[in-house]
Amino acid sequence: MTELNAVAQATIAQAVETPAAAAASSASYETVGQPFLDSGAKMSMRDVDVFYGDKQAIFNVGLDIGQNEVLAMIGPSGCGKSTFLRCLNRMNDTIDICRVTGQLQLEGQNIYDPKLDVVPLRARVGMVFQKPNPFPKSIYDNVAYGPRIHGLVSRRAELDEVVETSLRKASLWEEVKDRLHAPGTGLSGGQQQRLCIARTIAVSPEVILMDEPCSALDPIATAKIEELIAELSENFTIAIVTHSMQQAARVSHRTAYFHLGKLIEVNDTEKVFTNPDHELTEAYITGRFG
Amino acid sequence: MSTSSLFVTLAVLIAVAYVLGRGRSMALADHSQRGFRNLNSLPFYYGMLTALWCGIPSLLLVALWLMLDGNAIDQLLIAQLPGEVAALSHAELGLVLNNIKNLALGNMVGANPEPYMVEAASTLTALQRSSQMAMTVAAISVAMVLSIIAWLRINPQQKARLQVETAFKVILLACASLAILTTIGIVFSVIFESLQFFKTVPVSDFLFGLQWSPQMAIRADQVGSSGAFGVIPLFVGTLLISLIAMIVAVPAGLMSAIYLSEYASSRVRSMVKPALEVLAGIPTVVYGFFAALTVAPFVRDSGVWAFEFLGLPMQISSESALAAGLVMGIMIIPFVSSLSDDVITAVPQSMRDGSLGLGATKSETIKQVVIPAALPGIVGGILLAVSRAIGETMIVVMAAGLAANLTANPLDTVTTVTVQIVTLLVGDQEFDSPKTLSAFALGLVLFVVTLALNYVALHVVRKYREQYE
Ligand SMILES: Nc1ncnc2c1ncn2[C@@H]1O[C@H](COP(=O)(O)OP(=O)(O)OP(=O)(O)O)[C@@H](O)[C@H]1O
Ligand SMILES: [Mg+2]
Repeated sequence: MTELNAVAQATIAQAVETPAAAAASSASYETVGQPFLDSGAKMSMRDVDVFYGDKQAIFNVGLDIGQNEVLAMIGPSGCGKSTFLRCLNRMNDTIDICRVTGQLQLEGQNIYDPKLDVVPLRARVGMVFQKPNPFPKSIYDNVAYGPRIHGLVSRRAELDEVVETSLRKASLWEEVKDRLHAPGTGLSGGQQQRLCIARTIAVSPEVILMDEPCSALDPIATAKIEELIAELSENFTIAIVTHSMQQAARVSHRTAYFHLGKLIEVNDTEKVFTNPDHELTEAYITGRFG
Repeated sequence: MSTSSLFVTLAVLIAVAYVLGRGRSMALADHSQRGFRNLNSLPFYYGMLTALWCGIPSLLLVALWLMLDGNAIDQLLIAQLPGEVAALSHAELGLVLNNIKNLALGNMVGANPEPYMVEAASTLTALQRSSQMAMTVAAISVAMVLSIIAWLRINPQQKARLQVETAFKVILLACASLAILTTIGIVFSVIFESLQFFKTVPVSDFLFGLQWSPQMAIRADQVGSSGAFGVIPLFVGTLLISLIAMIVAVPAGLMSAIYLSEYASSRVRSMVKPALEVLAGIPTVVYGFFAALTVAPFVRDSGVWAFEFLGLPMQISSESALAAGLVMGIMIIPFVSSLSDDVITAVPQSMRDGSLGLGATKSETIKQVVIPAALPGIVGGILLAVSRAIGETMIVVMAAGLAANLTANPLDTVTTVTVQIVTLLVGDQEFDSPKTLSAFALGLVLFVVTLALNYVALHVVRKYREQYE
């Protein structure tokens, strides 16, 4: 009897706590909004925890990413956006001390299955990084890199074609078609980033993860990449981390707000930026912190 | 006062000057505020400035004095000697002076020294004593006077920090120029002696000659060969051994670098890397006897066995290019591996991420992205290792022999440029015979070759650095 009482009291105590305090203090919390989709989820994550050594960086995150959706992830610096994004194609495997638990699925397939080969996974879930990182090779070889290692083409003509279409999709073709054999590192920052996007597209992934792809770029290059994201979403599913709320508002369908490793709110982008459900989200988008 | 106790005295004076200078500046500080706000510089700099004025001029004076007084005393002594002795030739005069010096030190010179020598010896002792005395007085008074002046000039407006910084800059520059001047000195002496050599042996004979046998008749009546100074066999030997060494060192070094930088866990790395670097610390003479006593016999025995097996009639010497090259290769592994390890680690992680993110495996990433990106640096490292191999002497002396064979057979005995330089110069030599002088010409050629290699290597490495910084 007393035991039951105690439980009831604890529940009440939790209920009266403000959501902000709850999110900051306890490990189990509710994500507000619509993190899950009823149908058409391309990737679905449940109860994801990520640790760097003993330090936990992601707490119990659950989220779906829909087919052909552009999902924006926003949140203050250090809240774990990159960490979460890197879980989605197991790029965290390259960090020795990083440990991921929970269910992460790509079309129903567990991507952390120990028997799974990460090579085809990363071919299906491509990644564009914050800093443009073209290889010290020619523009052509940069784009041809993925198709070559995955054996996607057998003849030179096919490879030429893949390179051209990828560069076209990344709207870089016109600028580089006369110097395909010049080094990729000789391009401007914005061109390099589009080259990296072309390189990712060339493998024809199903999902593209972008970690602050425009943070090193000027407004014009940024506008080009945003345009590109809109076009790409016709064929690809995109998850993008950004620090620019305008950018999130412009390019994404849904927006996820992270705070201190927790997923606070996921809602349609318009709703997040006009009428967020959670006060932490509101505080962030109105610029009160972050 | 002896020179060493003079140095101790000066050190004490310098310390005292520092303390006094610092103290005076602190006394001049305005203590109504916290800290030393009214002083132009921190008290440390006033102390240093006083100490520098105390130390540098007096030490320079002592150095100059020690350099010059030997000669000056000799001159004074010669002026004192009886006329017929002073008129002797330069070499004989040197001999007499030497005897006098020995006498002054109390050593026996012959049975009964001539009276003028005894007299000169006592003059010498007196001269040396007064020179020492004068030096002591001069150095200490210079130190004291200058530090007192510096001490008196301390005032809050004095830019002590700037002056001390400038002084240190000059001191550092002097140290750097010492190394450069030495190099220049070596180069000039080598060039000068080589020119002497090329007076007797034409440059073309030297550079393109196919025969190396530097034994020459020293006296006209001696039976002996006239000497042949063709450098080609030596260079072929050097290249053969260096090539074998590089065939061992480049793959082993590069692969261990890749393993260490890409695959090894930090625990393994922290154990293997120092272990590899120990290899670099082993004296080459130790490698030399390892080569001569272990590897060379092994090479010979397995060669003999192999040829018997094949039924070929082959002679195998116990000294071979192969043995020397193998051991030299092992010696060079740490050079290649630690330089390559550095450049591979310097390839930005974002480059690897880009490749892995496209679904490349680790080995694909290494082969197609990391190594090409690091290649210029790796090549630079390898070139530095080559110049090290070319300059190596000890292993070759012990394991490859001395015979200047013009051969490409790794089982044959060969010799290298450095080994020949050593054999030409050890023992009793006449320093103006072509045989001895040829060592300088060899040195010059070697110097030019390694310089060119180093230049290329540094150039390549620098170009690589610019790429990522
Ligand atoms: N390799 C790592 N080792 C240890 N801790 C890490 C590592 N990478 C990230 N972290 C920690 O994990 C937390 C989340 O980092 P993460 O890089 O995911 O943040 P972020 O939201 O992407 O920040 P930003 O907006 O600044 O890029 C941080 O506290 C960070 O210190
Ligand atoms: Mg980040």
